[in-house]
Amino acid sequence: MRRLLYLLPVLAFAVIAGWFWLGLAPNRDPSEVPSVMIGKQVPDFDLPPLVAGTPGLKSSELKGHVTLINFFASWCVPCRAEHPLLFTLAKDSRLQIDGIAYKNKQSDTTAYLAELGNPYARVVVDEPGRTAIDFGLYGVPESYLIDRDGVIRFRQVGPFTEDVIEQQLKPLIAELSK
Amino acid sequence: MMRRVLLILALLLPVTAGAIEPSEMLKDPALEARARAISQEIRCLVCQNQTIDDSNADLAHDLRVILRERLLAGDTDQQVKDYLTARYGDFILLKPPFRARTLILWIGPALVFLAGAAIIMVAALRKRRVAAPAPLSAEESQRLARLMTPE
Repeated sequence: MRRLLYLLPVLAFAVIAGWFWLGLAPNRDPSEVPSVMIGKQVPDFDLPPLVAGTPGLKSSELKGHVTLINFFASWCVPCRAEHPLLFTLAKDSRLQIDGIAYKNKQSDTTAYLAELGNPYARVVVDEPGRTAIDFGLYGVPESYLIDRDGVIRFRQVGPFTEDVIEQQLKPLIAELSK
Repeated sequence: MMRRVLLILALLLPVTAGAIEPSEMLKDPALEARARAISQEIRCLVCQNQTIDDSNADLAHDLRVILRERLLAGDTDQQVKDYLTARYGDFILLKPPFRARTLILWIGPALVFLAGAAIIMVAALRKRRVAAPAPLSAEESQRLARLMTPE
C-alpha cells in the first residue's frame, strides 16, 4: 500500500506533463478566442453594397442556403494570403460566399478587389465595424459559416488554410447541404 | 544626492496614462467615471494582456465607444458587460466569472494547498506514533560505557 503512495508524485507529473504536451500541438493558437456565437442566429444587419446599384446584404436574406461570410480588408495582409482559396471555395455550388469589407474605405476595397479578383457573390461594406462586433469579430480575416436557417455553425479566425478547408469546412458544408 | 533620489523615485512612479482619446470621453463625469471603471475590467482581444482602457488597438477604441453608448442608453454596469460577453464570451472579462467551468480555476490553488497541508500533517502524525525505544538494561549500559570510552 505504501508503494502505491510513492507512485502519486509520478502520476501527478504524468498528468501535468500530458497537459503540457497537448499544449505543444502544432497549429494551436493559444491566443485564439473561441466564438460564443456558434449555434446562435446571425446578428441582425443591413449593410450597403460596395458598388452602388448592386444589392446590399441583410441578415434576413441569409436563409435558404448555406453562406460563408468573409470579413476582409485591403490593409490586411493575411487576407491576401487566403484570397486564392476563396476562389476555389466559390466554385462550390452548395455555398454562397459574401464578403464584408471591414473598416475599409470604398476606394481601397475596390482597388483591392480589382487587383486580386472578386470571388464574392456579394460585397458589402461595414466601415464603422459595428456589424463585425455583433459577430464577435476581433481581427481580420475571419469567416463565418451560416446554415440554411441563419444559424452560425463555424468560425475561422485568421486566414483559411487548405487543411482547414478540407478537414473542417467541406465536411460541414456537406452536412449542412443535405 | 537628495535630488537624484527624488528623481529616481519619481521615475519609478507608475504613470497610468490610458489610451482613451478626448473625443471619446463622455460629457457627464459620473458616466465617464463608470465607463473608465468598466473599461479597466474588459480585456482587449488584440493585445490580450491589456485592458481596453490601455490598449491603442482599433478594436479597443471601438469597444470603448460602444461601452459609452450603452451607458448613455441607460444600461447598468452588468448589462454593459453582458452585452460584451454575449458577443465575445467570458474571456473578454479580465476577472473570470465564478461558473462551473471556472470552478477549478478559482478553487484549484486552495485545493492544492489543502492537499499539501494534509499530506504534511499525516506525515508528521505518523512520525510521532513511532514508540521511543525501551530504556537500556544495566548490562547494556555497562557495555555501552565500555564501547564509548576512548581507547
